[in-house]
Amino acid sequence: MNSIIRTDELRFSYTTAEGVAPVVLDGVSLEIEEGSFVAVLGHNGSGKSTLAKTFNAVLLPTDGQVLVEGMDTRDESLLLDIRRTVGMVFQNPDNQIVANVVEEDVAFAPENLGVPTEEIRKRVDDALAAVRMSQFVTHAPHLLSGGQKQRVAIAGVIAMEPACIVLDEATAMLDPIGRQEVLSTIHRLNREKGITVVLITHHMNEAEEADRVIVMNDGRVAMDGTPQAVFSQVERLRDMGLTVPDTVDLLDRLRRDGVDVPLDALTVEACAAAICAALG
Amino acid sequence: MKPILEIQHLTHTYGIGTPFQRSAVEDMSFEVYEGEFLGIIGHTGSGKSTLIQHLNGLLKPTEGQILLGGRDIWAEPKKIRDVRFRVGLVFQYPEYQLFEETVYKDIAFGPTNQGKTGEELDHCVRESARLVGVRDDQLEKSPFELSGGQKRRVALAGVLAMEPEVLILDEPTAGLDPAGRENLMANIRDYHRNKGNTIILVSHSMDEIAQNVDRILVLKDAHILMSGAPAEVFARGEELISAGLDVPQITRVAMALRARGLDVDPAVYTVEALERQLLALRKGGAPC
Amino acid sequence: MLKDITLGQYFPGNTLAHRLDPRTKILLVVLYIVALFCATGLVSYGVMALTLAVCVRISKVGFRQLVRGLKPVLFILIFTLVLNLFFTSGEPYLFEWGVLHVSYAGLRNAFFMVLRIMLLIMGTFLMTYTTSPISLTDGLEQLLNWMKKLHVPVHELAMIMSIALRFIPTLIEETDKIMSAQKARGADFESGNLIQKARAMLPILVPLFVSALRRAEELATAMECRCYHGGEGRTKLHVLRYQRRDYIALAGGVVILAVVLVLRQFGI
Repeated sequence: MNSIIRTDELRFSYTTAEGVAPVVLDGVSLEIEEGSFVAVLGHNGSGKSTLAKTFNAVLLPTDGQVLVEGMDTRDESLLLDIRRTVGMVFQNPDNQIVANVVEEDVAFAPENLGVPTEEIRKRVDDALAAVRMSQFVTHAPHLLSGGQKQRVAIAGVIAMEPACIVLDEATAMLDPIGRQEVLSTIHRLNREKGITVVLITHHMNEAEEADRVIVMNDGRVAMDGTPQAVFSQVERLRDMGLTVPDTVDLLDRLRRDGVDVPLDALTVEACAAAICAALG
Repeated sequence: MKPILEIQHLTHTYGIGTPFQRSAVEDMSFEVYEGEFLGIIGHTGSGKSTLIQHLNGLLKPTEGQILLGGRDIWAEPKKIRDVRFRVGLVFQYPEYQLFEETVYKDIAFGPTNQGKTGEELDHCVRESARLVGVRDDQLEKSPFELSGGQKRRVALAGVLAMEPEVLILDEPTAGLDPAGRENLMANIRDYHRNKGNTIILVSHSMDEIAQNVDRILVLKDAHILMSGAPAEVFARGEELISAGLDVPQITRVAMALRARGLDVDPAVYTVEALERQLLALRKGGAPC
Repeated sequence: MLKDITLGQYFPGNTLAHRLDPRTKILLVVLYIVALFCATGLVSYGVMALTLAVCVRISKVGFRQLVRGLKPVLFILIFTLVLNLFFTSGEPYLFEWGVLHVSYAGLRNAFFMVLRIMLLIMGTFLMTYTTSPISLTDGLEQLLNWMKKLHVPVHELAMIMSIALRFIPTLIEETDKIMSAQKARGADFESGNLIQKARAMLPILVPLFVSALRRAEELATAMECRCYHGGEGRTKLHVLRYQRRDYIALAGGVVILAVVLVLRQFGI
């Protein structure tokens, strides 16, 4: 598999007025495979959001490098190419919508890229269809729900035809319905269009269906593997200020009680099946 | 149990006489008892926000009444501020309301409006800061220097400092990480245990509600869909799900286990409780 | 609630007045204003009033809504009336009252000035009533495009205007929220003298400012992430194109201006 994003010994620290602040990223080396769905977990201040922002040159490495399809993010002449390859969706839906009509907002990126008018029209319609928001083409964004706004933001990114979408805690401010809308949208885009997804979140449940989970702690990659492999390490996760899904918590307790259940049954159904098998 | 708040046939209609006329709350009646920890759950748009803004007189009912300690809160509209001191409301993302130069001054805003001064004021501020885990050395800092989680605590302290009889929390943990969520809820539980005050917790998260409250009110489309102890409400899990609401993940596991023929109580909603039941079943040797 | 305030005062519709190119409408308003200031007598004002009436009719905007637009400027209207009525020199006086006197010229001036301002405001409002703020901004940008050569940042100004329009409802909603939150802490915005009232606004203004700055920063990042790099090489989803109806409308505007100019020669 080709990697779409690669970081080598990536370090980052914010410079403040008083000098250099504590290190936020401390030697991160990883590769994100093309077409994969990667969830990045970590508590606040673990560096997960900073990591995401280095993926499309919003932040530049203090040391080490980030390569996007082989392009070094520090090369300013490649900036637009990098940003159109890796699109970004942010936390607050209100602060990333530019225009006061949905279609105008989705058209923003292609307009910036100088895409011809007819092509913009097509991209806008396709992008809105892809996030199932076609019926809102001429709506005012501020009247939409949180989940709908985030879907418009996603459409705005898809209109650049990126190879990868990074969602920087894009579900944090949404209610459960909105969160579900966004999740099913990105899973579908990943599946049907082969768009690589990097999902930054602190909701453990959102990582259950990812191909791969990366756990950040103190600016380093603390864990990296399938959701099953990561979530079964209950103690380590708790030490890092994270929780595990209740399903894993239950299985973990049962194991301590001497019931022979596996720890990697994440979903409700898998968990119930595992318990039945053990008790039956 | 003595009711502290009585909501009687409350209706609130927005945009009366326009094409956008819509009732956010419709003929709602319920009571909140002294010292209880009540949870309110429902979708965005179910009427939660409108409802809680009536309880401290920020909104005026279109129809119906709110009684606080047996008295209509709008009996004397000029004294509505006193109601707001007695029923403290912490909004969603309360950190966005901080404005003073120091944390201390910001927490003191409410009690100062109340007319507290000197020793009494100082005591209120320090006590409420301590309750939510704001350290003494942070009191003289600018609130804007603090981290997101700390700001939230300061904002919460600002309402606690008014020493309200009823505390309403609208999504107090929204946007926090798991450890932050758990810490804040632990602070709130401590406050409840020590002061014995009434708390109303509004949340999207069934898990959070399930783990904290004595009684749940489920709202849907401007009406009360269900109310009762958590076990009673979650026993109607299927109904909740078909109403488009979530149930705690553990309740869903219990439901799935029942579907496989295992005799567990469908109203279980904590990991510990389900664990106990399963262990009991193992002893009994129940097959799937 | 604050949210209920309608901003931009745009009444959506699909009449000819709505469908005209925004540039055409802006140019027409300019022609209209020039003509108004050239009008000298009853006949030319009559022509202008008739023009406005026809446009209102076409746009299907209620006459009452237009008149409502005059409310905020009522003070200016009365001021103009009084000023012209009493302080225009010229004999003979129609009547005197102490130092105050009203001449025939004063009466005439007062009448025409008030009429002029009323027609001016109703005409401009008619444009904003029938044109969405975003297409108005678009139209302005296109019309002023030539100024880019003079290093006037036309694109940037238009972008600022459209972002401001986009964020007005968001900030109104936010103000509403902050006000409620401070009221819940016992803030009192109503009582007290002017200074106390101004001080009472701090708990609203400070958070609003802080949040507006944070929004601005986040929006800037989000725009950069969507490849925004100024107006250079930008294309448009909606390209403005003059239609037949625009040429006809513009020709109509020029004709009316010409008529007024001719009437001016005769002083009527």
